[in-house]
Amino acid sequence: MSAIKAGQPGILAGLLAITRRDLLLAWKRPGDVLNPLFFFAMVCTLFPLAVGPSAEQLTFSGPGVLWVAALLSTLLSLNSLFMSDHEDGSLDQLLVSPQPLPVLALGKTLAHWLISGFPLVLISPLLAITYRMPSDIMGVLMLTLLLGTISLSLLGSIGAALTVGLHRGTALLSLLILPLAMPVLLLGANTVSLAAGNDIYSTGIWALGAYAVGSISLAPYATAAALRISNE
Amino acid sequence: MDALAMGNYGAYVWSCFGLTLIVVVLSAWRARARHKHVYREIEVQIKALEEHQ
Amino acid sequence: MWKFFHQLASPPHFYRLAATLIPWLAVPGVLLIAYGAYAGLFLVSADYQQGDAFRIIYVHVPSAYLSMMAYMMMAVGGGIGLIWRMKLAHAVGAAAAPLGAAFTFLALVTGSIWGRPMWGTWWEWGDPRMTSELILLFLYFGYMALRSSIDDTAKADKASAVLALVGVVNVVIVHFSVEWWSSLHQGQTVFKKGTMDADMRIPLFAMLIGFSLIFGAMLVSRLRTEVLFRERRTRWVRELVLSPEGGK
Repeated sequence: MSAIKAGQPGILAGLLAITRRDLLLAWKRPGDVLNPLFFFAMVCTLFPLAVGPSAEQLTFSGPGVLWVAALLSTLLSLNSLFMSDHEDGSLDQLLVSPQPLPVLALGKTLAHWLISGFPLVLISPLLAITYRMPSDIMGVLMLTLLLGTISLSLLGSIGAALTVGLHRGTALLSLLILPLAMPVLLLGANTVSLAAGNDIYSTGIWALGAYAVGSISLAPYATAAALRISNE
Repeated sequence: MDALAMGNYGAYVWSCFGLTLIVVVLSAWRARARHKHVYREIEVQIKALEEHQ
Repeated sequence: MWKFFHQLASPPHFYRLAATLIPWLAVPGVLLIAYGAYAGLFLVSADYQQGDAFRIIYVHVPSAYLSMMAYMMMAVGGGIGLIWRMKLAHAVGAAAAPLGAAFTFLALVTGSIWGRPMWGTWWEWGDPRMTSELILLFLYFGYMALRSSIDDTAKADKASAVLALVGVVNVVIVHFSVEWWSSLHQGQTVFKKGTMDADMRIPLFAMLIGFSLIFGAMLVSRLRTEVLFRERRTRWVRELVLSPEGGK
């Protein structure tokens, strides 16, 4: 692995390039966007079916259910983050690229989030309405999901990198990521609940923001290390 | 009898101590058993190789 | 003195040294535990608020303490193994994980049993320590699952080392976030450690040290096995096994 030489694309260009590539690839497979969305919606449907549609229960559990659904949906979609590249050999190319591997990992994760995490944020108000959540907390809901799904995608990329190519990797991936995801879930869902109860919820937003920033700056290094290890 | 009763909390206290004892003893025993097992397996393999030579 | 440590890192030396080390850890450990248990159960007077149930502390706290220590050792061992490429360091992680998981399980169960007479429920999600400890158990399972699903030992070592290091950060974060969460939901259930009298503390220290010693003994024992297995194709193992007195 050689460093970037003069005249070659810089780091930002590299980041944008890989993000663009993954987005273009996903464009050809609409399922990549739609499947997590439908899964998200379906999980949100499961709870009222299971525990009954009483109004107070719905309003009360709304934030939590939406958040758990977003978490599960992200988890499921993470499996494919490195899988196709691993299968067709592109991953090996990425490993010897002059671009720093953490940057490439960040780019791929960013693209993945844009495909499977961000749409959840956009569709969440619709589902929140079905849970009779008051419209004034929609903004908080979307903000927490925005920050949270970013963190989840980044943490998840570490797990995905550790389990790429492993037999029964998906189940293991979930097992590895869930403990990492619990603080995010905790912060996200409870911040929305606080907002719904007209309590002060700014701490939660700050914490989620810190988590997202921390993840963006640190997770790619762990992901890169894991990718190298997995592909020796 | 006083000790056993532990002021009505006997079941709780003794089950905790008992469980701890069981887990610790089991862990120690398993560590030893595993060692013996691994040693024996390696011994068998090495001795089999010796005979072939 | 460096020579000693250097020798320690060499597998055949460690294997021999470890055998002699184990009884030195195990025997004092067992004695301290015997004393601590006896004193804690029979000598110390019952707590003012909790009555005799508080005696559970003498097994609960050492278990919880070890559950965290073991994880730290896994993470530190993994880090040392990654940075300095010491095989022995990686083996520490592999050896410590099942022990750590066992003590985490113990901490959870004894905590739950202790909670029943105190709070009236077997489980209290609102208690930050209980929930954090449960998440720690999941971390252990993830670590062991990852190790067992990678066939190549060196790869498994490195991958699980990365996981353990990421997990350490998570342990700290989980602890704080769960505390915040439980304060939101009015956990009146938080264990009040409170102040302890000196005569209540001494058996607790005895138990803590005793448990640590036997943990050390079991860890060294498992580590020996780990080393033996990893080095099974080397010459020193071959000579050891074939020698007249064997090398158990």
